[in-house]
Amino acid sequence: MPAVAYGQPMAVLIWLPPEKIPVLFAFLCVSVALLGVFLLKRKGKTFKIRSLPGALAIEEAIGRATEMGKPVFFTSGTGEIDRMATLAALSVLGEVAYKTAQYGTPLFYPNNDPVVASVAQEVASEACSKAGHPEAYKPENVFFVTKSQFGYTAHASGLMERIKPAATLYFGTFEGESLILAETGFAQGAIQIAATDSTIQMAFFLVACDYTLIGEELFAAGGTLSGDQEVLSSIVAQDWLKAVVILLLLIGAFLATFTAFNLASHL
Amino acid sequence: MNRRLVFWTTFAFGVFMLFQFFIPVMGGAYRKVLDWMQVIYLSSLLVGVIALGLLHLKKVSEQVSGWGYSLVTIIGLLAMPVAAFWGTDESSVFFWLFNNMQVPMQSTVFSLLAFFVASAAFRGFRARSLPAVLLLVSAAIVMLGRVPIGTKLYFDFPAWAQALLDVPGVAARRGILIGIGLGSVATSLRVILGIERGFFGRKT
Repeated sequence: MPAVAYGQPMAVLIWLPPEKIPVLFAFLCVSVALLGVFLLKRKGKTFKIRSLPGALAIEEAIGRATEMGKPVFFTSGTGEIDRMATLAALSVLGEVAYKTAQYGTPLFYPNNDPVVASVAQEVASEACSKAGHPEAYKPENVFFVTKSQFGYTAHASGLMERIKPAATLYFGTFEGESLILAETGFAQGAIQIAATDSTIQMAFFLVACDYTLIGEELFAAGGTLSGDQEVLSSIVAQDWLKAVVILLLLIGAFLATFTAFNLASHL
Repeated sequence: MNRRLVFWTTFAFGVFMLFQFFIPVMGGAYRKVLDWMQVIYLSSLLVGVIALGLLHLKKVSEQVSGWGYSLVTIIGLLAMPVAAFWGTDESSVFFWLFNNMQVPMQSTVFSLLAFFVASAAFRGFRARSLPAVLLLVSAAIVMLGRVPIGTKLYFDFPAWAQALLDVPGVAARRGILIGIGLGSVATSLRVILGIERGFFGRKT
């Protein structure tokens, strides 16, 4: 069955293109697991939620920056607003801005995307207000730089060289700029925490940073920092689903081995 | 910011995009949404560039530390659009500036990556623990398998390198990707349902 072209009249409506059935199935599984966890939670069931050392280290990093009297540097890389990693990064930004405002520590967040910059300014401003220190929000510290990937990298690296941050936080989508930024941060002696949805750049962060959140931990970092129980309980649902995926992978590997070596003929 | 308005807007557009992804029958409306995204993007770009210009103008006028960099930024910010008024074809000043200034500067920053890879590898490959030793040995095999001298040393290095990339490398990558996929879908749902609101401000 051919895929439906956008704008096709309703007369040739095809309800669900077959290539999207596996995606729908996965989506429904995640939805059911999440809803199940939320319903159980509302009924009073408590879940043991694993801790994320990388996310917990953010507060330690901000504390260190405060003690040293140096700023905190935050970046969400080159991701645009429609990426889940960017939304997760903005959640973390809210918590970081809240804590830096409480401690009176300057926060710098140069931005690669104008839409993300606008949202980030709003998030940082609101977090500072909720911390009881609206004056802590400095619009000149959360700003749009350029859409050019390496133009942004040059600016962010230069800014790190000038402000010498004690903590650098890399949360979001990164490409080739990841290692340039992380190595510049390392050269400043900053405590570095990173989380990205890019598996290739994750390897660079693992080498260059003190803490790296792996895989889905990026999406739970904001909840861990805020202690938001609803967000945290969704980690439980994700862990359940991962257990199911691992089980399916093991069954698949067993069946593939069974078939490849024609073990059925030996039974 | 009106949180309720943001929530309902996010919910409505989230549900619409989800519906459109699985049942693509509202092509006209979908295209309209994409067009509006471009309009919003360009408006934000204009706001961002003006804010950047004002920020650097302030730094230059107050002559704060490093104001020279701000001056260079302002000159760059003005020079490209002004040059574009005289055309953007291959013989134009704009094209010359792009090819002879912007492209080399970007290439220079990108080329720094080579040095940073070397310094990061030097730190990462120090054999301080068993996992670090495994990383060091794997990296040595992969690197030797990719250069002619590796084949000279031992003919099977390229096959070993490929096996390391294809088996443990792909397995680890897929494991992480599965986690990211689950996390992305879960975050999307949380955003649409208004459970995850961190991106439009802290709850309390």
